[in-house]
Amino acid sequence: MSEGLFGIHGAALELRSHRMGMLTSNIANAATPGYKARDLDFGSALKSRMDGAGSDAATASATRYRVPTMPSLDGNTVELAGEQMAFAENAVAYSATLSFIQGRVETLTRAIRGE
Amino acid sequence: MPEPMNLFGLVQRGMSAQLVRMNAAASNLANAGAVAGSEQEAYRALRPVFGEQLDRASGYSSVSVAGITRAETAPTKRHDPTHPMADANGDVWEAAVDETAEMVEIMESSRQYQNLVEAMQTAKQLMLETMRIK
Repeated sequence: MSEGLFGIHGAALELRSHRMGMLTSNIANAATPGYKARDLDFGSALKSRMDGAGSDAATASATRYRVPTMPSLDGNTVELAGEQMAFAENAVAYSATLSFIQGRVETLTRAIRGE
Repeated sequence: MPEPMNLFGLVQRGMSAQLVRMNAAASNLANAGAVAGSEQEAYRALRPVFGEQLDRASGYSSVSVAGITRAETAPTKRHDPTHPMADANGDVWEAAVDETAEMVEIMESSRQYQNLVEAMQTAKQLMLETMRIK
């Protein structure tokens, strides 16, 4: 039911939320020696989700390690500025997806009320 | 089976780890300038080492304090025969603490703490907006 109602946006919101957690993991591990920053390739995750993969499989197959622009001596690949940018971008995209969903819900509510 | 970690648990652990780091730096600062009667007894700076803690169920990584190490900097020997703690040669040992490095450590730690709080607030805001859809 919800698949048909929200279309691609339900899956997108779920993936955006997962990516937010991954980026927060990177921010939390900014001082952990040897930590390799990870990110979600959103496009390919959404594609495999729409092709019928489960949400766990879709995120697992689209998880990538970040390539650092300036490698640090302790092996940590978190660059805080980059992570903050990605987090902000992801938050805006989450809001956008949310307003699409909200639009669908409003349309439906209006149809039910018969306005 | 433990519950999969959510964003709040993740941020909370990160914040605790940063607090341990800040506490260690504060202890080091408090002991800066402390004097001991022998090289072994002299204070050496504490430094926590963070470790990654991967939660397989959710795919998120949180932080834990994997261990606390003592700095390998040697305490400074100072010749001061009038000091009450001086040894037979009239030497005392000053704690191996670099105040500037500790101040920088506290600053970096507090920035990362703020960063976590900021991320948590944004995430919380988005979750609340999602709940208010009607």
